[in-house]
Amino acid sequence: MALGFLLAKEFKQFIRTPIFVGLTLVFPAAIMLVIPWIVRMDIKNISVVVVDNDRSAASSDFIGAVGSSGYFIMDGLVPDYDEALQQVELSLTDAVIVIPDGFEKGLLFNGGAPVQVSINAVNETRGTLGASYLGAICAAFSEDFYALRGIAAGGEDVHAAGMRPSVEVSVQNRYNPMMDYKWFMIPGLFVIIIVMLCGFLPALNIVGEKEKGTIEQINITPVSKPVFILSKMIPYWIMGVGVLAVSMVLAYVIYGLAPLGSLLVIAAFSVIFIFSVSAFGLVVSNYSNNTQQAMFVMFFFILVFLLMSGLLTPIESMPGWIQAITYVNPLRYYIEVMRGVYLKGASFMDLLPQFWALMAFAVALGSWAVVSYKKQS
Amino acid sequence: MIEISAYGVSKSYGRTKALDNICFETEKGEIFGIIGPDGAGKTTLFRIMTTLMLADSGTVTVAGYDVVKDFSEIRRIIGYMPGRFSLYKDLSVEENLSFFASVFGTTVEENYHLVADIYRQLEPFKKRRADALSGGMKQKLALCCAMIHKPRVLFLDEPTTGVDPVSRKEFWNMLSRLKNQGVTIIVSTPYMDEAGMCDRIALIMNGRFLKIETPSNMLEQYDRTLFSVRSDNNASLLRQFRGMPDIKSCYPFGETLHVVADKGFDISSLHSRLVSSSPVLIEGIRPTIEDCFMELNEK
Repeated sequence: MALGFLLAKEFKQFIRTPIFVGLTLVFPAAIMLVIPWIVRMDIKNISVVVVDNDRSAASSDFIGAVGSSGYFIMDGLVPDYDEALQQVELSLTDAVIVIPDGFEKGLLFNGGAPVQVSINAVNETRGTLGASYLGAICAAFSEDFYALRGIAAGGEDVHAAGMRPSVEVSVQNRYNPMMDYKWFMIPGLFVIIIVMLCGFLPALNIVGEKEKGTIEQINITPVSKPVFILSKMIPYWIMGVGVLAVSMVLAYVIYGLAPLGSLLVIAAFSVIFIFSVSAFGLVVSNYSNNTQQAMFVMFFFILVFLLMSGLLTPIESMPGWIQAITYVNPLRYYIEVMRGVYLKGASFMDLLPQFWALMAFAVALGSWAVVSYKKQS
Repeated sequence: MIEISAYGVSKSYGRTKALDNICFETEKGEIFGIIGPDGAGKTTLFRIMTTLMLADSGTVTVAGYDVVKDFSEIRRIIGYMPGRFSLYKDLSVEENLSFFASVFGTTVEENYHLVADIYRQLEPFKKRRADALSGGMKQKLALCCAMIHKPRVLFLDEPTTGVDPVSRKEFWNMLSRLKNQGVTIIVSTPYMDEAGMCDRIALIMNGRFLKIETPSNMLEQYDRTLFSVRSDNNASLLRQFRGMPDIKSCYPFGETLHVVADKGFDISSLHSRLVSSSPVLIEGIRPTIEDCFMELNEK
């Protein structure tokens, strides 16, 4: 009964804080509209200059193949290698391809010809991926080159970048056939939205009452600790589910991404996850003396949680001891759930381990939030 | 009947002793004033009595309940108005009142008669947000919110600080009306002139009660000769008085100086002993609570 009045009060206060209302409306839309386009691991638009010492039909075919691949932008021909390197130095271009004299001859009579690639690897991902794309283009080019002429390729002196695989690997991208990075990111972005709103806002809430002194008046009332904590949690629960629904609709409308699995599974896991996240926010709030402290502590944890959640980089490629730590990160499980349900159509039974893990977090953080709220000092 | 009792209550913050062996009892239906300057320990004592803080040692009972063991019972029967305005500023006047009624499991209608006198003055602004009220109005609203669940004991921590003199007077009139309804009121104030409105007062300084008495007894028990001195250069006179061996103490009191000497001191001899370029007006006066406080503090 007292819970009802406390909730009514929380909602009134929330609605009367325009910045919170605005944030709740704008934040999901902003994240869904912008982030999928900027957070991506497939590299495009690598600019490249070519030093063509052969000037043959084969070399210009090769340059055409690189330019039309979609990954590279041709910055033009440069007379010699030194000048090309200088352009890389000045960040005018990312990579240099040197086609040696006798390229065509080598292809026609020696069964292969070397191509030199120098790539700026300051950005490691860009460098590695750029080089491997170029390798793939070289392989495809020589394949076409020989097929066109009906010559069998051969020779051991073929440069690594131009080597053709003797075993043909055909890759089938399951669950995300177009290898669209946006599809991979969006289920993870829901997690960011929930954590930012349902983690940070509760963290500011109790500590805000401490700063304003209103908590004193509540503390001398007979309101029990669980009821008080629930009154602080339920509004964010409702808000989190609403915001998630809006974000999922946006994901469908803008990117055409709908979950393959059941909405009910998403709802069930989201309710548990939002509960855990807002309980965590309340725990931080209970231990903080002012809002700055609460904010700082939240930033610290959320940053670590996000980086260690598998959202941006796969957990499998982290060192073993860090992988062990990720087991105590609730975000990890929720991201697995969302990607599983969205892309693979995972069922509830498939996600049973994640369910128990998230339940454990909900119970532990929920009780901690109640226990850490002190009506007495 | 004893409503509140405290025995040997002490509390330290680190090495600072906020309360040192506080003992007192209050009767039911009494206005008990705790008078003392800022930092004397008033708020700490209130927080202990209202179960918000644990004392290092000593026991306190409110209406027969122990503040440590029976804190949940106490929270049902007390009203507390902290020194700092602590209602919800983003809720309106009436929303605040009904919120505090509901968290105590009652309604505004049920206990409206208790706050009617005060709330009537707030009614024209009942839709206004609490932070848009004037200082005096805020305190009246806070008193209503502390009263709305019909508490047996009311704790008011500096309710009149920052309130204009007219509103202060009104506020004290309200307290006497509440007292007539049988509510025990513990009130603290840094204003010595408000002491006379209490049934009994405790003078507190550096965490110790200097004396507990009715205001009139407190004044009667003043056993010194007190006189006020008025001139254009008080600073020079203050120095001169403080240099005289037969003068106990001398302190500024508004625009005058209050000078304390032993009983039977002859005021008329003073004129010849003072050096002053302007005329000096000396008259014997009756002590106020502040004089009692200064006197007790000397000892």
